[in-house]
Amino acid sequence: MTPEQIASIAHLARLSMDEAEIPRYQESLTSILSFVGDLERAQTQNVTPMAHPLPGLVQRLRADVATETDAHERYQANAPQVAASLYLVPKVIE
Amino acid sequence: MTLHTKSLAELAAGLRARDFSSVELTRALLARIEAHQPQLNAMISVTGPSAMQAAAVADGVLATGGGGPLTGIPLVHKDIFCTEGVRTTCASRMLDNFVAPYDATVVAKLKAEGMVMLGKANMDEFAMGSSNETSYYGAVRNPWNPKLVPGGSSGGSAAVVAARLAPFASATDTGGSIRQPAALCGITGFKPTYGRVSRYGMIAFASSLDQGGTLTRSAADAAAILRAMAGFDPRDSTSVERPVPDYVAGLEQPLAGLKIGLLKEFFEKGLDPENERCVREALAVYEGLGAKLIDVSLPNLPLSVPAYYVVAPAECSSNLARFDGVRFGHRAKEPKDLLDLYKRSRGEGFGAEVKRRIMTGTYVLSAGYYDAFYLKAQKVRRLIADEFDQAFAQVDVLMGPTTPTAAFELGAKTSDPITMYLNDIYTIGANLAGLPAMSIPCGFTRSLPVGLQIIGRHFAEERLLSAAHAYQRETDWHTKVPPGYE
Repeated sequence: MTPEQIASIAHLARLSMDEAEIPRYQESLTSILSFVGDLERAQTQNVTPMAHPLPGLVQRLRADVATETDAHERYQANAPQVAASLYLVPKVIE
Repeated sequence: MTLHTKSLAELAAGLRARDFSSVELTRALLARIEAHQPQLNAMISVTGPSAMQAAAVADGVLATGGGGPLTGIPLVHKDIFCTEGVRTTCASRMLDNFVAPYDATVVAKLKAEGMVMLGKANMDEFAMGSSNETSYYGAVRNPWNPKLVPGGSSGGSAAVVAARLAPFASATDTGGSIRQPAALCGITGFKPTYGRVSRYGMIAFASSLDQGGTLTRSAADAAAILRAMAGFDPRDSTSVERPVPDYVAGLEQPLAGLKIGLLKEFFEKGLDPENERCVREALAVYEGLGAKLIDVSLPNLPLSVPAYYVVAPAECSSNLARFDGVRFGHRAKEPKDLLDLYKRSRGEGFGAEVKRRIMTGTYVLSAGYYDAFYLKAQKVRRLIADEFDQAFAQVDVLMGPTTPTAAFELGAKTSDPITMYLNDIYTIGANLAGLPAMSIPCGFTRSLPVGLQIIGRHFAEERLLSAAHAYQRETDWHTKVPPGYE
């Protein structure tokens, strides 16, 4: 892992990072990736990847009817900045 | 009156017989929390006034002959479960000011039983840690020795139960976060089968691994709680539609003839000889009760930690993308544009371990690395799950140590993430395969508790609980109280 790679991953993950923090993550991510590199030892030809631990579980669908009531005031009580029931963010379009 | 050492069954009987009221019980436990919080730091929020109100309501219900076996009994929730109108932080600066607008299904179910919430327990930030040292609210101390960690991520919940501040605390287990702290604090930790307990309102870390469960002092207490906590929930898309057995009635299943598999890979190098001694003594107790011990091997099991540290961070990086500083949670001051708002809100709101895992996950999911890391880990996950299946063709349960060592000192493993990750070497396999698993106290080394782990087939909760219960009738390790908390 290079400092540039760390900065690039931090950007992709939308995490601000000071120059001074980079070496710490560089060191730990390098060691984590080397540790998980052990997976290469496993023989995995013709093995189906497992995304979910329960065999036979299918994605359940519900009837397409509205079940939620309007609770935006309750939810927006946690928002940092709201006006007229809208979430406020810095200007996106000039 | 020593209400704090009574089992759930004793508490229920005492409440019903009016030997004491829920108000008295609640007041007594709130006083214990207040007295021990400065030493333990086990709680993030204490909800005294609402607890007293709920206790009075429970007393009213009991007075009319109503209620059930849990009515009026106090509990503590891990601060990962959303509690309506109560601050729910996940031990993160990101959610320091978050007041949950609804109850998690687990919270709602236990509330409907008439249980009384005393407050919210400390934990590792977003459940990422094995020592409870990543909490924004500071480390939790082990009741057996304040210089030591309680384990994690459910460290606050485990300390609460071990110190007899509540008879039950809820917890979650993604890679061992119920079992490992249970082992390090000398209590009983139960992680049900994946999908058995609803994840609705339980703040997500790694959705294909997360499972809610119990921290109690005994298997009998775990059975009483799990009976109320488990069950299908249409609001959790991976909840399993399957009836919940009466786990309490199932406790007395006979043990004779039980085939116990000993996992060879759990007894290899890295296991402290003292922990091994305690586990082997427990196995001898099982043999004495008529169980058969059979050696089994899962050759790919040692790869469970590396597989987990690809799968879990990948899912975490995706789940934690929801924290954007816009809809809830921490928001950076004076952002210069939207990108700056996202980056600084997240950079300031998350702690170092959470960021490390988000970045690991982002990396293994990124173009060019997905096959080599993420897909490979999912294949290894399949190999491990298949090996568990093959083992369960020969044996009823698997047993071994929960952790390689007893509790360690605060700060001892914080400098190297890999050293910390290896605490969960024996617990992660059950999460990858979605199996129910538990830890029960099985002895002491240097005055510190040691845990025995029991792993079962999917939905074999009854088998695990009855096997643990049989052991706890023969031994008294689970009744040992840390000095100073009698």
